[in-house]
Amino acid sequence: MTMTKKLLTSAIASALLVGGAQAAISDNTVKIGYLADMSGTYRDLAGPNGEAALRMAIEDFGGKVNGAKIEVLTADDRNNPDASSSTVRRWLEDDKVDMVAGLVASSVTIAVTKLLEGTDSLGLVSGSAASSITNEHCTPNHIHYVYDTYPLANGTAKAVVQEGGKSWYILTADYAFGHALEGDVTRVVEENGGEVIDTSRHPFPTSDFSSDILQAQSSGADVVALAKAGADTTNAITTAGEFGLTQSGQTLAALLLFLTDVHALGVDTAQGIQLTTGWYWDLNEKTREWSDRFMEETGVRPTMVHAGIYSSAMQYLNAVKETGSDKAADVRKQMMDTPINDMFATNGTIREDGRMVHDMYLAEVKTPEESENEWDLYKILRTIPGDEAYRPLSESKCKLVSGSVR
Amino acid sequence: MTEILGIPTAVLFGQLLLGIINGSFYALLSLGLAVIFGLLKIINFAHGAMYMLGAMVTVIMFDVMGVNYWVALLAAPLVVGCFGVAIEYFLLRRIGGQDHIYSLLLTFGVALMIQGILTNIYGVSGMRYAMPDVFKGGFRLDFMYLPYYRAWVICVALVVCFGTWFVIEKTKLGAYLRAGTEDSQLMQGFGINVPLLVSLTYGFGVMLAAFAGVLAAPIYSVNPVMGSNILIVVFAVVVIGGMGSIAGAIITGLLMGVIEGLTKVVYPEFSSAVIFLVMVIVLLIRPSGLFGKEA
Repeated sequence: MTMTKKLLTSAIASALLVGGAQAAISDNTVKIGYLADMSGTYRDLAGPNGEAALRMAIEDFGGKVNGAKIEVLTADDRNNPDASSSTVRRWLEDDKVDMVAGLVASSVTIAVTKLLEGTDSLGLVSGSAASSITNEHCTPNHIHYVYDTYPLANGTAKAVVQEGGKSWYILTADYAFGHALEGDVTRVVEENGGEVIDTSRHPFPTSDFSSDILQAQSSGADVVALAKAGADTTNAITTAGEFGLTQSGQTLAALLLFLTDVHALGVDTAQGIQLTTGWYWDLNEKTREWSDRFMEETGVRPTMVHAGIYSSAMQYLNAVKETGSDKAADVRKQMMDTPINDMFATNGTIREDGRMVHDMYLAEVKTPEESENEWDLYKILRTIPGDEAYRPLSESKCKLVSGSVR
Repeated sequence: MTEILGIPTAVLFGQLLLGIINGSFYALLSLGLAVIFGLLKIINFAHGAMYMLGAMVTVIMFDVMGVNYWVALLAAPLVVGCFGVAIEYFLLRRIGGQDHIYSLLLTFGVALMIQGILTNIYGVSGMRYAMPDVFKGGFRLDFMYLPYYRAWVICVALVVCFGTWFVIEKTKLGAYLRAGTEDSQLMQGFGINVPLLVSLTYGFGVMLAAFAGVLAAPIYSVNPVMGSNILIVVFAVVVIGGMGSIAGAIITGLLMGVIEGLTKVVYPEFSSAVIFLVMVIVLLIRPSGLFGKEA
């Protein structure tokens, strides 16, 4: 009798729980706001094709999760934190957006995640690089998914120092991302016995780097490192080639290069450049299969950001399905409890600071002889295990990490 | 190494030279703006887009038809110039005589449309354009390595700038142009086709921008947004030089390139703002610009 009673009560309780949980999908709609650079310098690495990746994930769910409709709103961040903040404020107040995807320029992400903090909405950061996003700027309302400046430095900078590049000159884009990368690179260089002799910060964006390259040349440093992204990087690489930087014995290290950048430069110009990436379309059967599907949609091969947008959206929607809730706290917890095994990551895990930890890759741009087609661009030199790549929690300044070094 | 104000002279000379190279681009672009404003009183916000079109057309002509750099140097400005004439004929002409703000908004809208359409087609990562073989390599100067191409940019930009100044200020054609914009009815009475003259002047200003675009193609990332950043700087240059002053635009262009270059040595973060600081100071002290006629 007691047994039956217990069973009965627990059955009722769980029925209530499920019922209650289902009601927890607000307005019976899962609203996703896609915020990314749609027209500026970071358009190609995220942009409209990132939206396509997001829609692929929604398509895989048949447009619905637990009977609730999935809707997408899109906005151009214009690489402008103020404009993006007002967009997201509107999304939160008027449109009741449950999740913000994309999130590219680090300055935009830091502004937006501040707004998300304390709400029921979750930010899934796929495009940004600054490692501070899950360090001093961490919030319980976002997850940083694809990569950050810490492994970029750990991968490329470490490899270059170990090959003998001891003295460094860093050309930095003068905003949150550039500063974060500069800081992480300086740490790695010094830890490995090298030295940063000077840095030069330029306004973002800049098209003419001749003066910066000239200063880097006259500094006599072994390595000239580019702590910047997008057109800033491709412009600097082109100018370095023109001014014969590498011919005069200096090494050029591009700390953040996307597939679209390398594609734009071409293997003739970019061959031999080493870079760290969170993902590459031609890693294995799973990545190739997904990339083929992406290419059918968009006509190009996906960057790591595109793949991350798809993968993180799938994880998010799965978590909504499991918990029956679209509340940030519930979904984030579920995502933290579920290891990520898909076309993007193997045994990826989300830590309490919001960092998704997964393997990174040290790659080298192929030579024209090695490259078989326009997207056959990287050879993978080394897999950097996630634990080694990302900032350990013991060094964390994040308020969500117990015993953080704040 | 000798130093001036704590800066090694080698670095200083290098930056001066680079400043003149960048200044050559500013000069070419602000010259076109000054011609269009000085003669037609049109504030051409599509100028950056025309610069971009010059570069894009160069790359596209090479990719599609294999047109080489030397042909492009002439052909791309012509193509873009014709496009400019079409804009003048079909759009700008209809708002002739209205307040400046109309032409400003119209050309700004045209620029955004061109930029948006090309961004949708080509993306923003940039298109490849190989440096012509003759320009590979450079001079090894005492204080820096000067790529042949940059030296070429200075020479050709100066020649084009001087030529334009000469034609407008010193020839009969230039006199017609200036007179036609001063009193178009009188000139019509003398049998001069003023509307044609206006179209051609706009087309020529646009050609100058496109020419700068061709010069930029081998050294800068060629993409649909490349003109939007430089446009504002170039406008500042024109304001500093004095709206409409041909010689003022050229000299100020070179000067601002040098000032920007020197700022990059002393305080690089400030390099994009320094031109605007100069603009503010000039406007306070001499509102009509350094070379403008006092109103």
